[in-house]
Amino acid sequence: IQMTVREAINLAMDEELAHDPNVFLLGEEVGQYQGAYKVSKGLFQKYGGDRVIDTPITEAGFTGIAVGAALYGLKPIVEFMTWNFAMQAIDHIINSAAKAHYMSAGDQKASIVFRGINGATAYVAAQHSQCFASWYSNVPGLVVLSPYDCDDAKSLLKAAVRNPNPVVFLENEILYSESFELSAEARDPNYLAPIGKAKIMRQGDHVTIVAFSKMVQYSLKAAEQLFKEGISCEVVNLRSLRPLDRETILSSVKKTGRLVCVEEGWPQSGISAEITALIMEGGAFKYLDAPIQRVTGVEIPTPYAFNLEAMAFPKTEQIVDAVLNVLKGAR
Amino acid sequence: MIFRISRSCFSSISVKLPSFKVHHLELDQLPQTATTTSAELLAYYKSMQLQRRMEIACDNLYKQRLIRGFLHLADGQESIYEGLHAGLTFDDCVITAYRDHCIALLRGDTPHQIIAEMMAKQTGSTKGKGGSMHYYKKATNFYGGHGIVGAQIPLGTGLAFAQKYLKKPNVTLIMFGDGAANQGQLYEAANMAQLWHLPAIYFIENNLFGMGTSIDRASANTKFYTRGDVIPGIQIDGNNVFQVRETLKFAKKHCLEKGPIFIEAMTYRYHGHSMSDPGVTYRTREEVQQQRKTRDCINYVKNIILENKVADEHQLEEIDNTAQNEIDIAVEQAKVDPVPPSTELATDVYVDNQNHFIRGILYKDSILPKSQ
Repeated sequence: IQMTVREAINLAMDEELAHDPNVFLLGEEVGQYQGAYKVSKGLFQKYGGDRVIDTPITEAGFTGIAVGAALYGLKPIVEFMTWNFAMQAIDHIINSAAKAHYMSAGDQKASIVFRGINGATAYVAAQHSQCFASWYSNVPGLVVLSPYDCDDAKSLLKAAVRNPNPVVFLENEILYSESFELSAEARDPNYLAPIGKAKIMRQGDHVTIVAFSKMVQYSLKAAEQLFKEGISCEVVNLRSLRPLDRETILSSVKKTGRLVCVEEGWPQSGISAEITALIMEGGAFKYLDAPIQRVTGVEIPTPYAFNLEAMAFPKTEQIVDAVLNVLKGAR
Repeated sequence: MIFRISRSCFSSISVKLPSFKVHHLELDQLPQTATTTSAELLAYYKSMQLQRRMEIACDNLYKQRLIRGFLHLADGQESIYEGLHAGLTFDDCVITAYRDHCIALLRGDTPHQIIAEMMAKQTGSTKGKGGSMHYYKKATNFYGGHGIVGAQIPLGTGLAFAQKYLKKPNVTLIMFGDGAANQGQLYEAANMAQLWHLPAIYFIENNLFGMGTSIDRASANTKFYTRGDVIPGIQIDGNNVFQVRETLKFAKKHCLEKGPIFIEAMTYRYHGHSMSDPGVTYRTREEVQQQRKTRDCINYVKNIILENKVADEHQLEEIDNTAQNEIDIAVEQAKVDPVPPSTELATDVYVDNQNHFIRGILYKDSILPKSQ
């Protein structure tokens, strides 16, 4: 069956709310309003206001409350209207949630999911349009996931809810409305995606393209376009940014000998920077036939003007360009 | 040790409580007296002496550089911890900031575990991973031990949320200082606690100074018990163990029936804010001496014991010596305990630690997940 990513996330939360009475959803407008982006549609009606909880506009407060509830043993899903607003609450995500287990030598556990839209969104300017993947993936103690399609969204969110650690779940607003096939496997209410496993979306021999979230789509388009020119790209959908699936990345690069890393976020200290370092350290360096190429967001606050905004984030053409570059001299 | 006590351990002694100040409450709702017994008085005295001597021992260990980093002592405020211990049960949650050693003691850690933790030993409460500001004990519902001023307030509100969600007949005591009372997240959390009728007790230990800044220089409204806005509040003498205890009993009942409450406990910190603060740049030595002489919370209990002939000076000295001895043994043991082994470095980062890659200083020293 086909469904939108919005519906896949909704289905995951619906199933998890049904599965465990200790799971609850809270955030701004998640209940009566049914979500600012309608991701929680119908859940308030189905599970009631005690489990689908509208909060005031108060990120530090409700995030702290959710972490406290998790420390007691509940399993909260915290919806941030966007990850930009979570900046008000980042102390609770990092200091209160991520470090609790270590600092207490295992006494305190916070099984909690923080989710919401991340990355570039259309026409909303700098304060509402930014990728936080590298920020959170920097933090030991957090699990960081970023789904691409419906299979990812549903089965990873379910896995996140059942994970014993704090999980940062980075969604994408533009993908919300896009439809994908939901596989038979992912339709099974008992199926959870393995956390820490990337997914090879397309097999290839000449070059590896590593991407996550919306950038997987552009990478697949680029691969399709390049295939017509006889270039075979392997597209790796990271899905899990912490833990990273080092094995899949390394073995793909060992096979193809070439790597293009794609991300929407800023390059400095970014996910592609980390993957580049992984190739150096992880034993794949000697397999490289060309320097790694990065395709990233431009280092600017996101502009409002649509023409400038379009220039700020990677598109298919730059990925094609990078692949051709990394293959220069090879053919 | 056996005391010859002049009256039965169980005969009741009535204690007059200091006056309360209230906000959105009626004074006649609150008790004017508390009752106690000889046995209870002696137990409080002994426990408070143990707390004080532990804090003083830590002060000394810090000066010997055997405790490092930040250290915030609570001597002078022992009655608050004794009172909360007496007024609540282990099914009620407690969460606090970094002045947390005495609560850890009352929630079940031993002086040895507490001191060993500060001395960064494997035998410490959290194997040397947390240090002085981070004690926890899930088994007795003690949730830390937090180093970020004010962050414990929404966390505690979340504990209260969970208690209500799970329909427990219990409350959460959320402790913070007069300094943290100016953090915005208090008002965010308290707003939701009132909206959702959460069993949250917001307990302000007002020791008059947030670090070195007096309440008058930091707070436009220094009546902290009124700062919950529509939430009822009570101001008490935090140095009076009985008033703390009785107020918490009242607050627990109030919370379970009506929702959150603010309590402002007036107290005084004998030491500086932390060990780097001599505590005299923003107040005088005379002021500290005066507080010690006239308002000391242990002397208050001692005087009741003596007035009621529960024990004499000599017998109390014996209790003091026993407490001191217990602390001395703990210190000596902690001194010879081992530091955490290097294998402890990367444990407990995740609940399922074995599933995670943890990079070492050098890549070759990284810890691989079990599957690799």
